[in-house]
Amino acid sequence: MKAFFKYREIWLLAAIVVLIGLISTRFPAFADPGNLRQVFNDTSILMILALGQMVVILTRSIDLSMASNLCFTGMVVAMLNAAHPAIPIPLLIGIALVVGLVLGAINGLLVWRLNIPSIVVTLGTLTIYRGATFVQSGGAWVNADKMSSDFIGFQRAAFLGIPVLSWIAILVIVLFFVLMTRTALGRSIYAIGVNPTASVYAGIDVGRTKFIVFCISGMIGGLSGYLWISRYVIASVEVANGYELNIIAACVIGGISIAGGIGSVGGAVLGALFLGIISNALPVINISPFWQMAISGSAIILAVVLNARGERRQGRIILRKVEAA
Amino acid sequence: MTDIPAPRHIPDRLDKPLRSAIFSWEALLVVVAVAIFAINSLASPYFLDPYSLSDLTFNFTEKGLIAFAMALLIISGEIDLSVAAIIALASTMMGMAVQAGAGMPVLVLIGIVVGLGCGAFNGLLVTRLGLPSIVVTIGTMSLFRGIAFIILGDQAYKGYPDSFAFFGQGYVWWVVSFELVLFLIAAVVYWFLLHRTSFGRRVFAIGNNPVAAQFSGVRVGRTKFILFCLTGLMSGIASVLITSRLGSTRPSIAQGYELEVITMVVLGGVSILGGAGSILGVVLAAFIMGLVTFGLGLLNVPGIVMSIFIGLLLIIVIALPIVWRRLRGGR
Repeated sequence: MKAFFKYREIWLLAAIVVLIGLISTRFPAFADPGNLRQVFNDTSILMILALGQMVVILTRSIDLSMASNLCFTGMVVAMLNAAHPAIPIPLLIGIALVVGLVLGAINGLLVWRLNIPSIVVTLGTLTIYRGATFVQSGGAWVNADKMSSDFIGFQRAAFLGIPVLSWIAILVIVLFFVLMTRTALGRSIYAIGVNPTASVYAGIDVGRTKFIVFCISGMIGGLSGYLWISRYVIASVEVANGYELNIIAACVIGGISIAGGIGSVGGAVLGALFLGIISNALPVINISPFWQMAISGSAIILAVVLNARGERRQGRIILRKVEAA
Repeated sequence: MTDIPAPRHIPDRLDKPLRSAIFSWEALLVVVAVAIFAINSLASPYFLDPYSLSDLTFNFTEKGLIAFAMALLIISGEIDLSVAAIIALASTMMGMAVQAGAGMPVLVLIGIVVGLGCGAFNGLLVTRLGLPSIVVTIGTMSLFRGIAFIILGDQAYKGYPDSFAFFGQGYVWWVVSFELVLFLIAAVVYWFLLHRTSFGRRVFAIGNNPVAAQFSGVRVGRTKFILFCLTGLMSGIASVLITSRLGSTRPSIAQGYELEVITMVVLGGVSILGGAGSILGVVLAAFIMGLVTFGLGLLNVPGIVMSIFIGLLLIIVIALPIVWRRLRGGR
């Protein structure tokens, strides 16, 4: 089983290497370490978001409100910064995490306490959070000239030759890796996805775990809100509109099963990188950026076809193991 | 010979007591609709006017047409997130046909056939390859709209023939638009299909337990395939209406409609988990969403704020019966 999981990620990694190879035949500078670092930095926010979405999908739920949460929280921190430039950036990030957490907790409470399917809850909060962004900003934009230089510069500062944004992504990846592989909560999340009924009998509080999972995805949405706004230096109601589906696409390409229980941190990261490489490569190899949507759509369909075959094979392996025992 | 008992009459469906009709989902929706209607007419003097009310219907007819097919699809336990992308692709194809000099009947045919084709593509992926529909249609959503973007880029198709304008802008009688008539006809057709035919029973059976349905002789895959085709077909028809109403095609046409259609279906009492729902509920939900957006529009509330109300409405209407049941059970 373990070897198989590794196999899937190695497979995806190979696909990415082939992709980079193909691109560099058209544009050799693409495979430069410097450029790849740039691609990683460009993809950081998507990777962070995909990890937040992953823990939700693993429990057989879905969070469609992440992009709206990002938009709302981003507007909160941007307006705070414009009004009080003295607030230090770490505190602002803390505020972003708390605001995101609250929005995520609302989703989580509705799913946990009222037992409403998560797709319905987050479909509702998707529109509510984005609408709330309009209400709090009055439809106004917060532009670069209203943001403090610290606000914009924090994630761009280089530490050991790598921008802070990339470091944040690496930190989040490490935290999620520890969470999923080294903690009881991580095991419970997998267990709920594989078999919710058995999880109850195993003493796992399914509802509460789902609540925690939505809190995590909310915090991730909030953190990404600050990162997104300070990266693209504009806060408006339109920020990340429709991005929730990109996040899910990254997860699907990364081999996370929408039926829950299957998926890994490495998969989510690689899935996001795959999309990031495509969006970075299209302009340099002179393909119109209008092709990007169709390409990522085809990638999703291809990935889900391959995943489904993988999952079927996995079932047979279990059977064979049982028969052999 | 007389001791052979007459065959016992087994009713097709059980008689519902009046009480359950009063506390049904549809009754709740009617109350909500009447309340919103009353609030609207008090809040704006322009609301109770035949021409305003006629404009109101354009807010939901196109989405409502898709919602009927989507309701059946969701009842069967599947979902289609690509409906808005199908609208975009079908509209783009119609635009290309206009550039090539196609006439009105050809345009309508192209819109419908492209819709049907996209639906069949989704259906094949889900039923033949056994893939989860939510992921497949997220993929085809990007693919279909992506093709529209490849063809159009930042351009737009215009120059649709005058005779084509009737579908989205024409009136059949006085203030009754062609779109509204089509919506009502589709409502009756889908009501009959879901609630009065064996096909409809099969849809419910599949949604409640696909494995049991399979063992009962229901061709699960084929039924689901037909439902995906129907959803594609309705999206194609909606595409004809929208393109005709706007008179132009951009690749971003109908962006975000898929979530509004699903909101409409869920608000109409269709269980997102499958197996339960009614067409009457969807019709009422379509009216409610039209009333909310139009009433707020008359009060100059921006569209994005309206979406808050739609979102709240969705969550509250779903949560209300659950809270109510819990409060009563808690006594």
